[in-house]
Amino acid sequence: MEVMGEEVETLDKLPQIRLDTPARPESLPAEKEKIRIEDFSFWYGKTKALDGITSRVYQNRITAYIGPSGCGKSTFLRCLNRMNDLIPHTRWEGRIFLDEEEISRPSLDLTALRRQVGMVFQKSNPFPKTIFENVAFGLRIAGEGNLPKLSAAVEESLKQAALWEEVKDKLERSALALSGGQQQRLCIARALAVRPEVILLDEPCSQLDPISTAKIEELLLDLKSRYTIVLVTHNMQQAARVSDFSGFFLLGQLVEFDDTRKLFTTPSDKRTEDYITGRFG
Amino acid sequence: MKDKLFIGLSALAMLVILAMLALILGNIFWFGKDRLSWEFISASPRVGMTEGGIFPAIFGTVALVFLMTIAVMPAGVMTAIYLEEYARADSKMVHIVQQAVANLAGVPSIVFGLFGLGFFVNFVGRGVDGLFFGGELNYGQPAILWASATLALLTLPVVIVTTSEALRAVPREIKEGGLALGATRLQNLWRIIIPSALPGILTGGILAVSRGAGEVAPIMFTGAAYFLPYLPTSPNDQFMELGYHVYVMATQSPDVEATKPILYSTVLVLLALTFLLNLLAIYLRARLRKRFAEGR
Ligand SMILES: Nc1ncnc2c1ncn2[C@@H]1O[C@H](COP(=O)(O)OP(=O)(O)OP(=O)(O)O)[C@@H](O)[C@H]1O
Ligand SMILES: [Mg+2]
Repeated sequence: MEVMGEEVETLDKLPQIRLDTPARPESLPAEKEKIRIEDFSFWYGKTKALDGITSRVYQNRITAYIGPSGCGKSTFLRCLNRMNDLIPHTRWEGRIFLDEEEISRPSLDLTALRRQVGMVFQKSNPFPKTIFENVAFGLRIAGEGNLPKLSAAVEESLKQAALWEEVKDKLERSALALSGGQQQRLCIARALAVRPEVILLDEPCSQLDPISTAKIEELLLDLKSRYTIVLVTHNMQQAARVSDFSGFFLLGQLVEFDDTRKLFTTPSDKRTEDYITGRFG
Repeated sequence: MKDKLFIGLSALAMLVILAMLALILGNIFWFGKDRLSWEFISASPRVGMTEGGIFPAIFGTVALVFLMTIAVMPAGVMTAIYLEEYARADSKMVHIVQQAVANLAGVPSIVFGLFGLGFFVNFVGRGVDGLFFGGELNYGQPAILWASATLALLTLPVVIVTTSEALRAVPREIKEGGLALGATRLQNLWRIIIPSALPGILTGGILAVSRGAGEVAPIMFTGAAYFLPYLPTSPNDQFMELGYHVYVMATQSPDVEATKPILYSTVLVLLALTFLLNLLAIYLRARLRKRFAEGR
C-alpha cells in the first residue's frame, strides 16, 4: 500500500499537457542542433520506408516523433544509431549529422557511434545476467574492468534511471526477475551507463501500465538536462506531455515538424490536424 | 465419438510402446544382473571371453565418446555460429551447407564406417605416416583417434542443427541490445548470444553422445578391436568398445552359447553407461541454466 501511495503521488507530480503555458518565444533559432537529418530516404529492398526526411534534434531537448503504425518511425530512429545496418538489402540516400560529423557515411565506426547514441527498445530486453552485469555491460565491453569504477557507474546510472532504491539490495539477482516497468528502467540505466550524448527511445512505454509509464515520463524530463532525447511514440498525449519538439510521420514522410505546443495546438498541415484530433486511423 | 476412438487408439499405441520398452529393459536386466559384479566391471575378459570382465571395453567406450565430443562440439558449434550469425541467410552457400547437413544425417552409419576407413585411416593416417614417420606404420591403421573422428562426423549434423536452433531462439531484441551498447559482433557473440544459447548448445552435445555411444558400424573398421590385452594409451592405439564387444561375442565367439550371460550383462552396462553420460550432460546443463537464471 505504501508503494502504491508513493506511485500515485508521482503520477500527480507529472506535468499536465502544457497547452495553456505560453509558447517559448522564438525558441527555434536559439536551440543548439545536435542531430541534423538532411533529405534522408531509406529502402528495405525495393520498399521505400522513409521518403526525403529533413529534421533537427536539439541538444538537451526531448524530440518526439509520432504517427500511425507502419509510417516509418522505428526505421527513422534506427537510422540514427545505424541499427538498420544489421538488416540485409537496405540502402539509404541523404545525410545525417551528429554535431558536425556525418554518421550516415558507410565507413563510420558503428561501435563508437552507438556509444554516443544509446537506444532503448520497445520491448524491454534485459540480458539474462544479473542487474549489476546488465548495467555494467556497456562499460565492460569498452574495456573497463576496474570493479570499484564499475560499481560507481552502475550506482549512478541506476540512480539516474530512478531504479536504485528498488534494486540496491539485489544487484546480484537476475534482471529477468524484475517487473516490466523496472526492466524498462534497467534498460534505460544500461544505456546511460556508457554516458551517451543522445538517447533514442522506441515506444518505451507501449508495454507498460500507466504508473510505470508515468515514472518513465518523469524520468525523461529529469534526464534531458544531461542528455539529448529522441522519443518515438504512438501515444500523442505522451508526446504532448514530455516533448519540446514533435514531428508527425505519415507513410514514410515527415509531414510536419515543430515546437510541440505549436504542433498540437495549431498544426499547419491538414493531415496533422486530422491525426491529432483523432479523425484519422 | 470419433474423438474418443482416436484418443483410445493413441493411448493404445503408447501402451504398446511402453510395454515393448519395459519388456526389452526387463529382459536385459533380468538376464544380465546375475553376472554383474565388481570383477565384471573392473577386470579384463578371460578364457575366450566367457570369464572375467569387460573393463577394457568400458574404458574404451568412455575414451571414445570423450574424444568424439571434443572433436564434434567445436566443429559443429562453430559451423552453426557461422551459418546463423555471420553468413547472410539468403546466400546460396548457406542453403547448400544446410542441405548437406540434412543429407548427412540420413546416411547409414556403416557408410560412415567405410568413409572413415578410406579417408581417415588410409588417406589421412597414411599421409601422416609418409610425412612424419618416413612411411613407418603409426597412424595409417585403425585407431581410437580415427574411430572418434568418424563418430564425430556421424554426430556432426545433430550438433549443427541443435546449435542453430539454440542460436535462432535467442531473441532478436537481446542480440540488438548488445550491439546498441557498442558491442562489436564478436563481443556480442561471446558475451550475449553464446551464453544465452548455451543450454541449447549443450542439448546438442547430449544428443550427440547418446547417438554416438551405441554405434558399432562406424568404429568397426576404424579402430575397435576384437580383443586387446592392454588399454589404449595413445591416440593411435586400438581399443575395445562395449557395443562392438556385444557384436563380437554374439557373432564371432568360438562358443556363442557360453558367452550369453556375459552378453546380457555387457548390454546392461552399455545402457547404464549411456544413461550415466546423458545424466552427466543433463546435470551440467541444469547447472548452467540455473546460473543464467540467477545471472552472471
Ligand atoms: N526489416 C524490415 N524489412 C522489410 N520491411 C520493413 C522492415 N522493418 C520495417 N519494414 C517496413 O517499413 C515500414 C516502416 O516500418 P517501421 O517499423 O519503421 O514503422 P513504425 O512507424 O515504427 O510502426 P509501429 O508504430 O507499428 O512500430 C513498414 O511498412 C514496414 O513494413
Ligand atoms: Mg515501431
